[in-house]
Amino acid sequence: MPWSFDSSTPLYLQIMEQIKFRIAVGNYKAGDKLASVRELAAEAEVNPNTMQKALSELEREGLLFTQRTSGRFVTENSETITILRKSLANEQLDLFLKKMYNLGYTNEEVLVLLQDCIGQEEQA
Amino acid sequence: MLVECKNLCKTYGETIALNNINLNIERGRIIGLLGPNGSGKTTLIKVLSGLLTKSSGEVTISDKEIGIETKKVVSYLPERTYLSEWMTVKQVVDFFKDFYDDFSEETAYGMLERLNIKPGDRLKTMSKGTKEKVQLILVMSRQAELFLLDEPIAGVDPAARDYIIKTIIGNYNENASVIISTHLISDVEKILDEVIMIKYGCLVMHKTVDEIRDEHGKSVDALFREVFAC
Repeated sequence: MPWSFDSSTPLYLQIMEQIKFRIAVGNYKAGDKLASVRELAAEAEVNPNTMQKALSELEREGLLFTQRTSGRFVTENSETITILRKSLANEQLDLFLKKMYNLGYTNEEVLVLLQDCIGQEEQA
Repeated sequence: MLVECKNLCKTYGETIALNNINLNIERGRIIGLLGPNGSGKTTLIKVLSGLLTKSSGEVTISDKEIGIETKKVVSYLPERTYLSEWMTVKQVVDFFKDFYDDFSEETAYGMLERLNIKPGDRLKTMSKGTKEKVQLILVMSRQAELFLLDEPIAGVDPAARDYIIKTIIGNYNENASVIISTHLISDVEKILDEVIMIKYGCLVMHKTVDEIRDEHGKSVDALFREVFAC
């Protein structure tokens, strides 16, 4: 999965988001060892300090952990990953709902639209 | 502190090229030196590299006045290549090895090999972009404390630009800082820690890239266009 960045928010936040996404979809699995800061920085073409900052923040949030001599790993706690996935899903739902409210839809209408949409997807 | 400038001035006759620059640079940083044409970027780099002498004020690198001792720890990539056209890659590598104690032949040949540049190749047979890459490789193959890169990405194609950026990241070391002067901001923005903006020889901004994005909600490139709008 390629890294991509926009220009308005700090890069380390964008890196954190993208690593979270990779963990949530199982691109990085529980207990996986991450590449070194330098390798990840080169891959994303960002400054190593920025990558370091993003990884330390993720560590603080409990999604990564460091083993002193052997490197940095994805958390082995599957519950943490479940919670992460849920919170990423909630973010998307919030965004979606906000847009639907802006378009003037009520909760009930949104539900109907969603069911229709899911029904069509299943038929296709 | 790696670099300290206090009230640094440089004048050419009546022209003021650097006006009272106060600047501190820490180790382990990648810094963009940004400013429009004629703002004093190259002058500042040349003062730090010891090619120009200051007119007044103070400037030190690793607590030493600019001179032979600082030249040993400063690796400078000039705007234009100074290597002789008749030389082969091996000859320029030997030249650098002879000149600088901290030059690593192994690093240089490693990087050259990855670009398919052979020791026997002559500079005059190379394209402009390839020559610039060779020069950058030589400069980055030193274990210097301060790298001064004057417009390293101007005039090369986008693929070469990516290569140069990767080389700068790959050679990053905590003990050294890299100053990159450029006006192609969006290309280097991702690899910068800090940004120094100068205008008419005056320092107008010295901030981290995160600060800029946090405070202004825009990229360095967008802010630059705002600060230097004509």
